[in-house]
Amino acid sequence: MDKQPHIQAAGLRTTRRAFLAAAGGAGLALVVRPAQATPETMAAAIRQVIGEASVKTGRIKLDLPPLVENGNTVAMSVAVQSPMTAQDHVKAIHVFTEKNPQPNVISVKLGPRAGKAEISTRIRLADTQHVVAICEMSDGSFWSDKIEVIITLGACLEDLI
Amino acid sequence: MAAPARTLINVPQKAKRGEVIAIKTLISHLMETGFRHDNMGRGIPRDIITSLVCTYNGQEIFNATFYPAIAANPFITFHTVATESGTIAFKWTGDNGFSAEASAKITVA
Repeated sequence: MDKQPHIQAAGLRTTRRAFLAAAGGAGLALVVRPAQATPETMAAAIRQVIGEASVKTGRIKLDLPPLVENGNTVAMSVAVQSPMTAQDHVKAIHVFTEKNPQPNVISVKLGPRAGKAEISTRIRLADTQHVVAICEMSDGSFWSDKIEVIITLGACLEDLI
Repeated sequence: MAAPARTLINVPQKAKRGEVIAIKTLISHLMETGFRHDNMGRGIPRDIITSLVCTYNGQEIFNATFYPAIAANPFITFHTVATESGTIAFKWTGDNGFSAEASAKITVA
């Protein structure tokens, strides 16, 4: 019984070179693998939408289940605290993800006629990641909310059977 | 698109003036992301709905831009203020010339 770990270790040592080569190859494959956004691409996508404006936390509430079994359909709702009057209303809501192939999820234009700045839809999530919602107010300020969602089975990247 | 896409919209038939009403829309569409491959490794081209525009008696009240991260059969709910009796119309447009329309009547007392 106590010999077993030793044998396993010896087995590992003999294939160390092969193992390292394989590990290197795997690392390379990971780099080559297409279409995975990163937090940086998300930040770039956000910059593209909001420009150089600074984003504050608050006023907007992003609601997603914290643990999702199937990333193909995830119920999402976004609500912004706003009186929605002609003077003070939400102009737009944008949602972004960190690790989906493309960071954008949805962009919505609203106005005072919306009455209530609240939308809901169903989205795809490729992996366990942060989701960010940003709203643009009529006074030009931006507010955001960020939550982490744990995904058991991701969407988008699976192949057809 | 062979068959026209099926749409389902939910707008209250009656509302009080100034009331905030919820609008729910659903449309059948595969929303092919463009990031998937078939079993031969060929990429499947993107085919999604890219926008939904909602007008209330001809005036735009809601405009959404969809990306591939919207799940198949896009379902959206949003709100509007019931200002006057009339028609609330919806228009979806997408890749490969996709277009679908639907409308609902509302009576505002």
